[in-house]
Amino acid sequence: MKELAHAALSARFNEDEPRVDWHDETLWWVRQKRDKMARSIPEWEELREGASQVKEHVLSHLSEYLEMFEEEAIKNGVRVHWAADAAEHNAIVAGILKGHGIDRMVKSKSMLTEECHLNDYLKEQGVDVVDSDLGERIVQLAGEPPSHIVLPCIHWKKEEIGELFHKHLGTPKGNADPQLLTHAARLSLRKEFLTRKVAITGVNFAVAETGEFVVCTNEGNADMGAHLADVHIACMGIEKLIPERVHLGIFLRLLTRSATGQPITTYSSHFRRPRKGQEMHIVLVDNGRSTQLGKADFRSSLKCIRCAACMNTCPVYRRSGGHSYHTAIAGPIGSILAPNLDMEKFADLPFASTLCGSCSNVCPVKIDIHVQLYKWRQVIVQKGYVGAAKKIGIETMNYTLSHPWFYRMAGKAGRWVMRVMPFAVSNKLNPWYRQREMPRAAKTSFTDWYKANKQAAGDNKR
Amino acid sequence: MNKTVGLFIPCYIDQFYPKVAIATLQLLEKQGLTVVYPTNQTCCGQPMANSGFEHLTGGCNELFVENFADFDYIVCPSGSCTLHIKEHLHSREEQEAKDIRKRVYELTEFLTDIVKIERLEASFPHRVGMHQSCHGQRGLHLSQMTELVAPPFSKPGKLLSMVKGLEVVELDRSDECCGFGGTFCVAEEAVSVKMGKDRVTDHLKHGAEFITGVDMSCLMHLEGILRRQKSAVQIKHIAEILNPVG
Repeated sequence: MKELAHAALSARFNEDEPRVDWHDETLWWVRQKRDKMARSIPEWEELREGASQVKEHVLSHLSEYLEMFEEEAIKNGVRVHWAADAAEHNAIVAGILKGHGIDRMVKSKSMLTEECHLNDYLKEQGVDVVDSDLGERIVQLAGEPPSHIVLPCIHWKKEEIGELFHKHLGTPKGNADPQLLTHAARLSLRKEFLTRKVAITGVNFAVAETGEFVVCTNEGNADMGAHLADVHIACMGIEKLIPERVHLGIFLRLLTRSATGQPITTYSSHFRRPRKGQEMHIVLVDNGRSTQLGKADFRSSLKCIRCAACMNTCPVYRRSGGHSYHTAIAGPIGSILAPNLDMEKFADLPFASTLCGSCSNVCPVKIDIHVQLYKWRQVIVQKGYVGAAKKIGIETMNYTLSHPWFYRMAGKAGRWVMRVMPFAVSNKLNPWYRQREMPRAAKTSFTDWYKANKQAAGDNKR
Repeated sequence: MNKTVGLFIPCYIDQFYPKVAIATLQLLEKQGLTVVYPTNQTCCGQPMANSGFEHLTGGCNELFVENFADFDYIVCPSGSCTLHIKEHLHSREEQEAKDIRKRVYELTEFLTDIVKIERLEASFPHRVGMHQSCHGQRGLHLSQMTELVAPPFSKPGKLLSMVKGLEVVELDRSDECCGFGGTFCVAEEAVSVKMGKDRVTDHLKHGAEFITGVDMSCLMHLEGILRRQKSAVQIKHIAEILNPVG
């Protein structure tokens, strides 16, 4: 059943408890780094508010800023493409490659291309894509999707990476020295950078007033790719816009502090116009974004700057792993974005949360993520994407709780059963009991106590 | 204080933890308040609403309004149920529902903000771990949240500091969710239990003899795990510590 997908996948993840502990602690360490960095800026909460307001403004004037951006980009000598959905985006990229007769390219990390499943599509077209971000390269060699939008291979231990590199890059067997492994990856990637004619990058921020875009990386791989290639294709979701360059002063300060607890990314690369002899393309992708923009309850999810702070803080994500979300963007933010793309397939995700609200508190653009999770649940149930057993269960519970006489009777009967026949509930069919004891059933409810001790004593008749 | 308080007791406390309700009632009465428990109450409707069935909660809502429309204050020993009423109570008598949403308080915020309690006759000479339940903390702002860059405060913490002999233990993760999450605790059993075990471990590591909090639902989940581990550590709702009942 679809609605149980996350529960089943995370149950599997939890079969190896020491690994869950390791995953949880690794990401909690990132969350703590984020806290420390946030606290180094006294005006942190004002920055978040400012970022939120700028993004709200952009979303309210999206069409104007998109046209402004396109106009400026064209003036800069950039070719601008519009893609309504993932298929169009992939076809545009393939078309550019075909136009140059190219069948190999290098890509720096872009969650948008993951969202559009570009790698798979290009593979089918006979194009060889090398991911140049180290983490992304690791999952690519392993034949997996990223499990985290900033730390794609956070679920891999260094010893396992050593094995993987031994197999694919010929590093010594049993060697898991991070420096050695990074060096091996660098050597192999350098060859790719020097020989591939086309580079794809993502976009972190696109500035409407100048038509430029900013790509943030820690490894400089976007620069390596773009500067060496004859053709640079930048793919971006239409929500990546900010009005003016000056607003980068807000977003660049927030992004990496929220993401990894660094003051800023090692490289914040500004691309404005193609260098002499180079071709530069920008692909503006909608893929469900304008639909989401039209939903009052969910539009603010488009403020997201993909920092992953909500994943790092999410106690469920840390203990279920990114792949349990079975979508390109995992975690709390992914759980409010994915149902917009395919409500049936991702009906489980808004339920993969305790609604604790930590995600909304760390969000640098103040998306009310946990409120939207609650609202998606309502929509998903109303659209009928919920199992029959759950529906009947909730309806029964609702009937009981809506009728005081029935509630009292059921409560009394239930407590009696629990006291007299505990095995009726304390068995393996009851998911509560599998790893937890049932609460001890009280002999009398508070209501009965109150009636006997307070009302009978004449304290309060009501 | 010459005001009448309507005592709003969550359904699972009514059924499983009557002692918590009694402690709450007595604690409020000790403050010189007239406290009435409308015996026809059932549930705030949260279990259905959080599962995506808010559209079915009309019956619970009307019942709540019928039971509680006449009180000066409505007080509840649960952050989660209080938050649900504050955010989601609607009615055919919408004005009444709106007024109730403004007059409903979680117990520790009521004692701190309305009663403005300054001292307590209570003693509990034990090491106690305070579990911050998310809806009380992040929803009702009962205490500061570690995610925000803002000065610390804690309403339940302030009350616990008035209890003689009580020592609050420091935790590694002072406000991480326990994984109860309503129907999440059975729908996502594996992650729910893992979250609960990790919370319990944090309290045990720091030598807590008791785990307390403002939400019995979280504590029920933690209790289930503690008892399965055959741990001697016990759970106590904060009302039971502020007003010890024999």
